[in-house]
Amino acid sequence: MTTTTDPVRTARPALPTARGPLSGAVLTALGGGGVADRTADVAAADPFGDDLQLALYCCYELHYRGFAGVADDLEWDPALLTLRRELERAFLAALRAAVPGGDDLAAEIDALVVEHVDAPGVSAHLRRHGDLREFREYIALRSIYHLKEADPQAWVIPRLEGQAKAALVTVEHDEYGAGRGERMHARLFADMMRELGLSDAYGHYLDVAPAAVLAEVNLMSLCGLHRELRGALVGQFAVVELTSSPGSDRLVRAAKRLGCGPATEGFYAEHVEADAVHEQVVRHGIIAPLVAEDPAMAADVVFGMQATGVLDGRLSQHLLTSWAAGRSALLRPLADGGAEPPA
Amino acid sequence: MPADPAPRRVRITDDGPVLLEGPVEVELPDGRRVVSSRPVTALCVCGSSKRYPFCDTSHRRRVRAVPEEER
Repeated sequence: MTTTTDPVRTARPALPTARGPLSGAVLTALGGGGVADRTADVAAADPFGDDLQLALYCCYELHYRGFAGVADDLEWDPALLTLRRELERAFLAALRAAVPGGDDLAAEIDALVVEHVDAPGVSAHLRRHGDLREFREYIALRSIYHLKEADPQAWVIPRLEGQAKAALVTVEHDEYGAGRGERMHARLFADMMRELGLSDAYGHYLDVAPAAVLAEVNLMSLCGLHRELRGALVGQFAVVELTSSPGSDRLVRAAKRLGCGPATEGFYAEHVEADAVHEQVVRHGIIAPLVAEDPAMAADVVFGMQATGVLDGRLSQHLLTSWAAGRSALLRPLADGGAEPPA
Repeated sequence: MPADPAPRRVRITDDGPVLLEGPVEVELPDGRRVVSSRPVTALCVCGSSKRYPFCDTSHRRRVRAVPEEER
């Protein structure tokens, strides 16, 4: 077994630029400057906005790879955790207010496994009309999640029991390349990024990722890190696995039409087949036994599904309206060639 | 490696593929063999898959918001 490590892949990301008082406070704390009381700013902030979402993202990143020059033990800094809790409460309250709720799990699943042939969406747009600039923007933004693909869901493993735990690990095992490092989905995504002339350095595009991108990843971290939200994490996971196959197939066609190359086609082709399996495992192996054991979990799973749908809708709208107006969907456009760090 | 005493589990789903445990090699009617190294493989049994013999969720019900004749 080889033990070489790639310095680019293992490097910690640089701290991003603040987008307001909350992210400014978190970044000050990460720089060792202590945490000021930000209760008034949390109350005034848009819970789906850039400032709060970046602040929350930076708090969560301490649990993944951390940041260059930031002490690892800030992960459990009580003042920073107190601020994170305030940010989480605002985000969670906004999500609860944005979803219809309920506990009709079968209806939620049925709606997800119907293929809406002519529905507008990002993958449908990229398949038929999108240009290479839009495709590369999409990949740059999705890298915020995909370079840590499956990591947020791994937090839930010790929070599940029995069959649900075993089945979730089966899916995660597949996401992590079934024991082969070079087949990890995060690694396949990085291969695609390089093929597209993008930087595959972890966190490279954080500074240009808008709130709608960060919010999706923050939901995963939020639900993964709170036992109370384990059912919601399963719901989030289920939405991704249930809807990924058809969307990935459209992206295979987009990649072919745009001549992206084998790594790009391969990443999405892998997800067509893998997620057709994962759908079945999630429905029959995770959700069914989870709810059979504790029927109260149904409402939590439904919440996770609906919250994921709300955030996916916001991101889709942002991407499609930006592109329709001829604008970049990033906070700053990619440089030509794209591999250079944004200024 | 000791022989696995547990029989391989094959699960027939009510609305989709047949699920097979472990890596499998599938032999097609024309003699072609395809390998899936996944921990679980979803085998297409409806014949609609564009990645036959593996499921690609093509069995799903397809709906249109706008009826075809109005497009």
